[in-house]
Amino acid sequence: MNNNRVTVLACIDGSAYAQSVVDYASWASRTVRAPLKLLHNIEHRCHAQVSDLSGNLRVDERDELLEQLASMEQKRSKILMEQGKEMLEAARSRAEADGAVEVTKVQRHGTLLESLVELEDEIRVLVLGARGEDHEEDNKGLGAQLETVIRAMHRPVLVVNRAFTDAPRRCMLAYDGSEAARKALAMVAESPLYRDMECHLVHVSRDEQSPLLDEATGLLNEAGITVVTASLHGDVEKQLADYQREHGIELIVMGAFGHSRLREVLFGSVTHRMLENAAVPLLLLR
Amino acid sequence: MLLHSTKADWFGNIRNDLLAGVVVALALIPEAIAFSIIAGVDPKVGLYASFCIAVVIAFVGGRPGMISAATGAMALLMVTLVKNHGLEYLLAATLLTGVLQIVAGYLKLGNLMSFVSKSVVTGFVNALAILIFMAQLPELTNVTWHVYALTLAGLGIIYLLPLVPVVGKLVPSPLVCIVVLTFVALLLGIDVRTVGDMGQLPDTLPIFLWPDVPLNFETLMIILPYSVSLTVVGLLESMMTATIVDDLTDTNSDKNRECKGQGIANIGAGLLGGMAGCAMIGQSVINVKSGGRGRLSSLAAGVFLIVMVVFLGPWLSMIPMAALVAVMIMVSIGTFSWRSITNMKEHPLSTNIVMVVTVVVVVATHNLAYGVLAGVLLASLFFANKVSHFLYVASELDDEGTTRTYKVVGQVFFNSADRFASQFDLREALDRVVIDLSRAHFWDISAVSALDKVVIKFRREGTDVELIGLNEASATIVDRFGVHDKPEEIEKVLGGH
Repeated sequence: MNNNRVTVLACIDGSAYAQSVVDYASWASRTVRAPLKLLHNIEHRCHAQVSDLSGNLRVDERDELLEQLASMEQKRSKILMEQGKEMLEAARSRAEADGAVEVTKVQRHGTLLESLVELEDEIRVLVLGARGEDHEEDNKGLGAQLETVIRAMHRPVLVVNRAFTDAPRRCMLAYDGSEAARKALAMVAESPLYRDMECHLVHVSRDEQSPLLDEATGLLNEAGITVVTASLHGDVEKQLADYQREHGIELIVMGAFGHSRLREVLFGSVTHRMLENAAVPLLLLR
Repeated sequence: MLLHSTKADWFGNIRNDLLAGVVVALALIPEAIAFSIIAGVDPKVGLYASFCIAVVIAFVGGRPGMISAATGAMALLMVTLVKNHGLEYLLAATLLTGVLQIVAGYLKLGNLMSFVSKSVVTGFVNALAILIFMAQLPELTNVTWHVYALTLAGLGIIYLLPLVPVVGKLVPSPLVCIVVLTFVALLLGIDVRTVGDMGQLPDTLPIFLWPDVPLNFETLMIILPYSVSLTVVGLLESMMTATIVDDLTDTNSDKNRECKGQGIANIGAGLLGGMAGCAMIGQSVINVKSGGRGRLSSLAAGVFLIVMVVFLGPWLSMIPMAALVAVMIMVSIGTFSWRSITNMKEHPLSTNIVMVVTVVVVVATHNLAYGVLAGVLLASLFFANKVSHFLYVASELDDEGTTRTYKVVGQVFFNSADRFASQFDLREALDRVVIDLSRAHFWDISAVSALDKVVIKFRREGTDVELIGLNEASATIVDRFGVHDKPEEIEKVLGGH
């Protein structure tokens, strides 16, 4: 394990998922014995607060406008920082109660993506809510930044979309033999996260069972993971969703965004549809 | 990559961007007309350029929320080209400018902006303000008192209207100035020069045209010098404006993408019969002040501009020039950095000289590129001079009086090499001299040859010379430092301070 990539990073905001993000992150932290870092990010919105449509340039307008904008945002940022500190403190005590290891807090300014890229080197797994505070009202749909963040990060991302009940006991790894899936499989075999879980290796195809799953099963068995295999036929997302419900799967693991963006614009992305429809958290391995 | 933009860049601020777009479009119209007049072309050339540049840059620019259009800085460079060769050559020069700017973007020349110091930027905007003001003077000389009265009234409206509560913040005062002065001039039947007298206004949307110039070497030689100036000035003003918008909005922008974007926008302008343009400091400030932040504001400004111009064409021609002059005087006053005058008392003399020289060179040559070049060179010389003071040579004679040890501390380069050589007492009769260079930095070949000279002179006097730490001292001579962001590497090269 690379020494740099050590922390479980949990992104906290004011959304309903914030608490379950903390819970899942704490679970990951105590299972893999990795320190937990809680991030609160203060976005600088491009929304203009006041607008003066007089359209003229006064003497030294540039300097005065800068001062005016700065003092306005100063007030706003102070409030946001204060709120963020409270959220972080609440998250920290919750995480410590959950048994997370070495909880630290960090607060950053800028877009979420910028902050994450800055911290990327130390991230072992990133825990995010499926929707941020901006999308509170929609019950369906994903946060605007989710896909951008997942694409930009080269680290595992755990997308949390429901309240944490208990440590997941059954996970499902969607496996199709592709490059992304193979990498995901190797990561599952290496990580201590899955040791206590029953891993359902699921292959959805149109043709008959191939030796694909046997090979993969062997690899996981070697790592000491209990494996259940299933070969399904039909529509990928629907079959996976049905399987998840029937077998009480509590975590879906998959390689993410394996194809080029162009192809996904044309044919749609499996990852994107899974993110939208999954009933349980997804762990995306990049 | 040039078209890449996030949803927030476009639709993060729709209502404010559209409103700001209207305000900016209203302000762009008089400016585009005024700058066309400066360049000596029909107002439609500037208006088409402003439309095209604002729209194209919305998609390809690197700085959302910045406004680009036909500008005064660029118009001033075209005057002689238009006078001697005509409009078609201006369009060809505009196309070539676009190509050169794209090349500059790919060569990442935007990074060179780091050489342009704060005082040069201040000099640039002050010079620009003075030139815009001076360009209004022909409209104010040899005219009847009516023109002065109208101009003064216009300035009164522009500056006093925003002070009225509520209404003042909702209605663009330059627009009110133009509308009121036009009606007054029409109602009273005052005979003053109008925009219609200055040349053709657009009556249709712009159409695609290839400049009607012979495609040969001779043409290239005519337009190349102009295109180079336009390229440099356009990029300089665009980079400066981008920095100003960065500061105002507390966000970052991609400067090299902006270079390429400016190039594409200018090619577009050239093909639609417009003159070359660049980012506008004043308009960008107005845009941010009006609440514009996203790409939509620039697109909206361009589209509103062309719609208003095409539909209001007959009315535009009736605007008295006095109204335009009033608006341009406001732009000039707003562009000038008045604080730089009061700041002169606190700033060091060298900084003030750089600023003033930049202004003087621009006003004398009407070319902002020369001013910036002079300012940058002067600032570099001042810097070299300052750094050369960081040189100190101490010496010590040993007990027997036969060996002297010189310790050199500081920066040795072209400017301090002579002073370095003069620190050694060559007339002293010694058996041995030790020169300890381990805390000195040799930046160039001048420093090395100065040392050589000193060593040879000592030898001629029959003194043995021993050098200590020469390798450490000359580690700084290489042009490229492999690692410059690690403290221990910097310590290795610049250690001992």
